[in-house]
Amino acid sequence: MQAFEYANPTSLKEAVGMLSSARGEAEVLAGGTDLISAMKDYLVTPKKVVNIKGIKELGGIRKAGSNLRIGAAATLDELTALPLVRSEYPSLYQAAMGVTSPQIRNMGTVGGDLCQRNRCWYFRQGFGLLGKDKSGKSLAPMGENKYHAIFPEPPAYFVSASSFGPALIALGAKLKVTGPNGDRELDAAQFFVAPKDDNGREIALAANEILTEILVPSAKGVKNATYEVRQKDALDWPLATASVALWMKGNKVDKARIVLGHVGPTPVVAEAAAAALQGKTITADVATEAGRAAVANAKPLSGNSYKLQLTRVAVKRALMQAAGVRA
Amino acid sequence: MSKIHEEQDGKAQAKGGFSRRGFLRGVGATSGAVGSALLTEEQAEAAQGGSPSMGPGAVPVTLNINGKEQKVNVEPRVTLLDACRNSLDLTGAKRVCDRGTCGACTMIMNGKVVYACTVLAIDAQGKQIQTIEGLGTPQKPHPVSAAFVNNDAQQCGYCTPGFVMAAKGFLDRTPKPTYEQVKAGLGGNLCRCGTYVGVRKAVLEASKMKA
Amino acid sequence: MAGNYSWPPMETRRQIGKSYTRFDGIEKSTGRAKYSSDLNRPGMLQTAMLTSPYAHARIKSIDTSAASKMAGVTGIRVINGAGSEVNWQSQEIAIVAATSEQAARDAVRAIKIEYEVLAHVVKEDDLSKVGDRATPAGEQVTGDPDKAFKEAEVISEGQYGIPVLTHCCLEPHGQVIEWKGDVINFWPSTQNVSGIGGDLAKNLELPATQVKVHMDHVGGGFGSKFPSDRWGVESARLSKESGGRPVKLFLDRATELNIGGNRPSHFAKIKMAAKKDGTVTGWESTSWSTGGMGGGGMAPLPYVLTNIPNKRLNHTAVKTNGGPLRAWRAPNHPQASFLTCAALEDLSAKLGMSPLDVLAKNVQWAAEARRDTYMEQIKIAREKSGWDKLWHRRGDSGSGVVKRGLGLGMCTWGGAGHLSNCNATIHPDGSVEVELGSQDIGTGTRTIIAQVAAETLGLGIREVKVKIGDNAFPPSNASGGSTTVGGVSSSTRIACVNALDKLMEKVASSLGAQPDDLVAVDGKIQVKNTPAKSMTWKAACQKLGTQSITESGRNDPRNPRGLNTQGVAGIQVADVSVDTETGVVRMNKLVAVQDCGLIVNPRLAESQIYGACIMSICGALMEERIMDAQTGRVLNPDMEFYKLAGISDIGEIEVILNISPEHDKRGIVGLGEPPTIGGIAAIANAVANAIGVRVPMVPLTPDRVLAALEERRA
Repeated sequence: MQAFEYANPTSLKEAVGMLSSARGEAEVLAGGTDLISAMKDYLVTPKKVVNIKGIKELGGIRKAGSNLRIGAAATLDELTALPLVRSEYPSLYQAAMGVTSPQIRNMGTVGGDLCQRNRCWYFRQGFGLLGKDKSGKSLAPMGENKYHAIFPEPPAYFVSASSFGPALIALGAKLKVTGPNGDRELDAAQFFVAPKDDNGREIALAANEILTEILVPSAKGVKNATYEVRQKDALDWPLATASVALWMKGNKVDKARIVLGHVGPTPVVAEAAAAALQGKTITADVATEAGRAAVANAKPLSGNSYKLQLTRVAVKRALMQAAGVRA
Repeated sequence: MSKIHEEQDGKAQAKGGFSRRGFLRGVGATSGAVGSALLTEEQAEAAQGGSPSMGPGAVPVTLNINGKEQKVNVEPRVTLLDACRNSLDLTGAKRVCDRGTCGACTMIMNGKVVYACTVLAIDAQGKQIQTIEGLGTPQKPHPVSAAFVNNDAQQCGYCTPGFVMAAKGFLDRTPKPTYEQVKAGLGGNLCRCGTYVGVRKAVLEASKMKA
Repeated sequence: MAGNYSWPPMETRRQIGKSYTRFDGIEKSTGRAKYSSDLNRPGMLQTAMLTSPYAHARIKSIDTSAASKMAGVTGIRVINGAGSEVNWQSQEIAIVAATSEQAARDAVRAIKIEYEVLAHVVKEDDLSKVGDRATPAGEQVTGDPDKAFKEAEVISEGQYGIPVLTHCCLEPHGQVIEWKGDVINFWPSTQNVSGIGGDLAKNLELPATQVKVHMDHVGGGFGSKFPSDRWGVESARLSKESGGRPVKLFLDRATELNIGGNRPSHFAKIKMAAKKDGTVTGWESTSWSTGGMGGGGMAPLPYVLTNIPNKRLNHTAVKTNGGPLRAWRAPNHPQASFLTCAALEDLSAKLGMSPLDVLAKNVQWAAEARRDTYMEQIKIAREKSGWDKLWHRRGDSGSGVVKRGLGLGMCTWGGAGHLSNCNATIHPDGSVEVELGSQDIGTGTRTIIAQVAAETLGLGIREVKVKIGDNAFPPSNASGGSTTVGGVSSSTRIACVNALDKLMEKVASSLGAQPDDLVAVDGKIQVKNTPAKSMTWKAACQKLGTQSITESGRNDPRNPRGLNTQGVAGIQVADVSVDTETGVVRMNKLVAVQDCGLIVNPRLAESQIYGACIMSICGALMEERIMDAQTGRVLNPDMEFYKLAGISDIGEIEVILNISPEHDKRGIVGLGEPPTIGGIAAIANAVANAIGVRVPMVPLTPDRVLAALEERRA
């Protein structure tokens, strides 16, 4: 880890003032579960680390009007502790519990989950964000890519590591961001981006902006679920996930959103699969069909076509779980 | 849950703070080491009321460990784990993966289990930190430690202190766990010798004893 | 009685055979146990190591001048300087010593180094692509394999592979070392307390007497912690150069996984000839393996069934640019067991027979001494695994998404006690010490030594002070090959009998008896069969006046006096569930039927077997070193993608340890390694049984399981 200055602001304005518009100069520290490791591996070498846990307005989870308002620095553990989350937002609850380490749930924050760096092993081994060799050739497509994207956005072949991204997009959440020019609000889907070069980031956050809160619309009556395929039951990264939200009319789907995780550099919104559900009752066959549609446009790499199947299953199982249909 | 603060005034002030700091940082950014001029400027700003930055050199850090205030002089980049192991000779927590995966460094911070390898020591100030050394002694062991012995939940023992702390934190929140809950509650710790069978039994046994 | 070292009869034992909790358990579970990596000594320097980022490169130049001037840096040793060739990633290049870890790491990054990158080979799964890195070992033929295959009623063929695994000891390799004047104090993390000092001395060209080794605990070794290693040698020099300050170096996790030892891979194409009743008549295997630049030897194929009459074996060692292999808990046996048992399972499936029955048919090809044991174990395994209820023909596992299956694995091992010396001392105040230059690698060595000494002297186990972990004590061999319990128990027994004999000589007259008529039991010395004629242990020892008794004992592997022996058999049965939609395999149960000799402490023995089973679950389902052909790098030198099972990934484990007078009379036989051998085979076979198709390569990750299922459908 490179030496850095540490700052511990107590207000958002102070914190934003400590950041730099130049990428890499400063890093925001919340739970630390990703940042500290990334610094140890010299993936990021900030000259300043700005701890935001002391900023009160970034904490807490509560109802704000009809929204669920999640402070970016609220931990996964705080999220799962709320009965409301369990009852109205099972897809968020399930995404959080998919992180099967209590230590990480206690430390890791919801904002941190959204802002964390990807786990591509070429990136983690020091080949840059996009994992290229010295000639500029991407290593993942011809290399070891079983954990990589089946919806790559070249030159980005990694997968978004976020657990909550898919669920928040499915639920239509907005993310609030504060920077030197004030606040802005983004759709959760806009927050995730596929970087074009090694100086980019996986998220649409400028280097001097801070994610402050997540606003999740009421999900009362919205059937929602997240299904993760993980190899291990104990702490492990998902191989593919699907988060679904179903707005129902009677027992028929009025509107649906299906969002895939760990299959692309950003969460992947499966529009066709969702559209195909309209007017239908969720059955095993309907769910299977949606799973098939969800990967129709996938472009797997040399060694990860098995993730097509995992994604199909994740979609099917998430839909059946949300709709309460037994397999 | 904390209350949300009004953010309107924050916006304006943030802008001013930003530009000044950004400029200063630009000066320091060209070399690996932070120039002394920069530090002076920042100290000056700190005097004006902003939060001062600390480091990158060693700074005094006060940690409340096992109910006792401990002072160390460490760089901000030093983790809680390394501060405990290298500066305070609290070596029960182990450095194994050093990347927040294996749980060998588990400590309890403000009542919750954490990976001390991914907590900065400077960031742990003001928190109640419990390490394995604060849990009991060989003469008067905590029931969890005793249950680990009774059920031979250890072989080489290197993962054991972390597992004991994880189990302690788990039982504090789930005093009467089921077998399934034990398995789910200790998913953040790894053992290489393969002591999980003993660990499961130990945690269930500890849950039946009075702490 | 004098010189009678035999183990007391089972029914009279007071201490041996009891499930005491481990002596150092409470130290470990309260965090007070000090491992070498926990030591903080006054003035201690920290280190960081510069290692090669390339799998193969020549070092064109190295410049440490800037680094050496950095704050806190006290010394730099270059291991591989300009002109040297490095042959694997993380190979050692230089070590920096500094006053803090941070300073040392900063300095490593300030070392300027230029490499000429050379061509590498890091993957060996496809033998046709390794070029001149292949070294065929030559063909071995037994009997007439051509005839056997010509006359075979059934021929079964398959290709199987098992990758390189890394030891991933939780305490990394390393040491604290202090070279002051003529004396080197050395606190390593080792399985080899008595031998590692000499190894270091040899590397430093010093007399072995100058190295004092101390180690109370070791955080896992699994076969990888015998030598003093380059980092130990250079740390010693850094200590000397700093004027004798202690120097601490422990590998970081990535370096630990890359160069702290690995188990060689093994691939094989296997063809079996058989009769319709399942009797194997012929074996052909073409195998290859790598353990780094040294290549990789052939695993003992065919495993257990070594006497198959007609065999043709071809093996090729493949040199790859990966960290060098080290012994790994039962070297080459898990690979051999997997390859053989997978082939046997595939043959059984082809015959439509239960693999338990096919194995029973072929036990005739096993070593004669173990045949009855295997037959007995097949019976026990059948019963304990619920085989007759749960086993089905391959793939005949119902229409559900989740398929259940059972599979079989087997093991054999030697495990005779190693060379061990012990000094037993009886003091006039009644206290007792036993000293051995041994180590506890997780076995419970201290506890076992105490039980043997206490049994012999008629004392309680806490009345014996066990001293191990120092090369000032009488030498014992390294802990490897499941030899420790047999070795240290035997030497302790002999030393304690010798010391007791001396005590008896002193006190016999006071009891009006001959020394040979006395026994030590329940804290007393008494006349045999005459409890009334006795004196307390303390009173007896007081007769020593001011002179303690110290007697030695030696376990000589050439003449173990019946105290220990070698040779065990084992059968493992795995019960798994496979989600055929995701390819995720979950363990339901692993049944380990394990042969053993005399068991000193059943609880500790069972722990060894549980641990071994869990290690095999990791190997079967998730562990794998992943190399990148393009960059030559290890892609998962961490504990995130080098996956180890967590507490909820192992299912239930049932250990059946046959503790009986019949086995007991063989004396002690090592137990640490054999149960780690058969699990991979059992699990891989259970998956084949469940899903109806062989997944040729372990670990059985979802991608591989799904690929096999897809092939089956196609």
